[in-house]
Amino acid sequence: MTLRRVVPLLLLVLIVLLPVIAPWSKIVLTLALAKGLAVLGIVVLLQAGQVSFGHALFFAVSAYAAAFLGQAFAGGELISMLLIGVAASLVIGLLVGLFVVRYRYIFFGMLNLAFSMIFYSILEKFYYLTGGADGMQVARPSVLGIEMERDPFETLLFYGGMVLAILVAYGVHRFLQSPLGNMMKTIKTNETRLEYLGVSARSTLLAGYVLSALLCGLGGSIMAVAQGIVTPEYAYWIRSGELVFIAILGGAGSVSGAFVGALVYEVVRTYAAAFAADYWQMILGFFLLGIILYASRGLVGLYDSVLQRFERKEDRP
Amino acid sequence: MNAQLVALAIFDGVAYAALVFMVAVGLTLIFGVMRILNVAHGSFYAIGAYLTVTLVGGVIAAGFSPWLAYPLLFVAAALVGLVVGGPIEKYLLKRIYVKEEALQLLVTFAVFMILEDVQRILWGTQPYFQADALQLLGNIQVFGVYYTAYQLILLPVVAVLVLIGLRLFLRRTLTGKLILAVTEDREAATSIGIDADKVFLVTFVVGATLGAFGGALASATTSVLPGMGADMIVLSFAVAATAGLGQIEGAAIAALLIGLGRSFALYLMPELEVLVPYLIMLLVLLVRPEGLFGTAKTRKI
Repeated sequence: MTLRRVVPLLLLVLIVLLPVIAPWSKIVLTLALAKGLAVLGIVVLLQAGQVSFGHALFFAVSAYAAAFLGQAFAGGELISMLLIGVAASLVIGLLVGLFVVRYRYIFFGMLNLAFSMIFYSILEKFYYLTGGADGMQVARPSVLGIEMERDPFETLLFYGGMVLAILVAYGVHRFLQSPLGNMMKTIKTNETRLEYLGVSARSTLLAGYVLSALLCGLGGSIMAVAQGIVTPEYAYWIRSGELVFIAILGGAGSVSGAFVGALVYEVVRTYAAAFAADYWQMILGFFLLGIILYASRGLVGLYDSVLQRFERKEDRP
Repeated sequence: MNAQLVALAIFDGVAYAALVFMVAVGLTLIFGVMRILNVAHGSFYAIGAYLTVTLVGGVIAAGFSPWLAYPLLFVAAALVGLVVGGPIEKYLLKRIYVKEEALQLLVTFAVFMILEDVQRILWGTQPYFQADALQLLGNIQVFGVYYTAYQLILLPVVAVLVLIGLRLFLRRTLTGKLILAVTEDREAATSIGIDADKVFLVTFVVGATLGAFGGALASATTSVLPGMGADMIVLSFAVAATAGLGQIEGAAIAALLIGLGRSFALYLMPELEVLVPYLIMLLVLLVRPEGLFGTAKTRKI
């Protein structure tokens, strides 16, 4: 087995074992996982060269759908909450998608932003339904009818989420290599040629858009049950920017980059918020600038180039 | 809704539109020339407001006449444009014109994040209130409604002056003509000896100054607090997109449309107040994707 395979595998094993050694890390890792899933949605759109500044919308739609279901059935049940969240983001993704796939680049990004801001202000203003700026509590749900204590529930959420994330990541990886995935990439390189081939660029982008909404939704409902509270801030445009930020940080357009980026981001954020609360956003900003200007392939790209240097040394007699 | 309420809603809308126009026109100018949507524009607005509060507060505390508040509005705006806007273009944006649009957007987003924290470090998180410029002009009575002269007369007049001034600047002065030439065709302009880099720098500084000027004028009418830049960038984009990106005169009309729509919503359906600008934008773009006054681009193969 080459070095290229060994390091990611070791990292994976480390992450799986970390909650056993340090139980406090469980919740941070679960949040990173939820964000990683949402970032995967951004990665799908980045394949087509489109950046959405409003995907927190689907994150929030799904989180609130899960919260409402939980409230309606006194506690609720985990699997059904995740399903309803994903279903809600799918429906909204389709509706919003039908409109925004007519646009590209700046308009695409900013129209998404407008939709997310509409949802944000609905959440904030209709407080008799949504609890306003204070948000809604999400009680710990049962799992398939079994009530669980906090600790085993968090353990289940983390390992369950981990398995789910690996499956989803593999699925997205396959999607990007499928004909549809390749057509998505053509939207970035030359859309007109795609249309000359008789393929509708809009419906191709719509398919990708719905997939990305669904992924963000999955992340959102996991986040909701993990945090135990949903607030309008979930839909705020800074949140959407954060998702794009993580995608670029990890390595634009790579599936593994989404999770690596989310992990690094969440850990840095947890520590930075504790030690440098006043300027952690500034640190992130400089980080983002550095990545775009000097390492445009992100953390995954950096890892690649370090490895290449190693391998070249090994090749020498 | 009686006549007085209608008058109030119109006054609110016009005053608000004047402020939003100032910010949106800076955004649309920068986009029109440089093809960059500057997310950090919201920060210029916020920093303009903060700096004005500090300067005016300092001058009055030092015992000078409060009437100095008015010239200080210009000083604060120009300072932000030159000291904050200038270096950002010269040392950062210049390096990214060759990159793809999505990355350009992200770079300005990063600048926005950095400037948000700069504000927090310099001015803290407490709200500031400095309304001398507003109070000095007093109230006037129109249609049986009392309203501040600052908002009802000064703001719209300044907005119209900015609009006319910008038009004259672009059409009549040499610098303005150079800007238009570079907007039309950068390569051709460069080949006849126009320094496009310099034109970009000037445009960005002017645009940033306009954004900061919007903030300076707004600082007398509301409390200045963190988050105001984030809200304003989204709103001014809505105005610029409704008009068609790069349309200066159109931005004035779109600002009025959105300002009035918002203030009427405030009196009729308060829950919808924040939503109205986005709804107007979505409706317009649904029918005319290039905005009210924009022209459709031809497709390149």
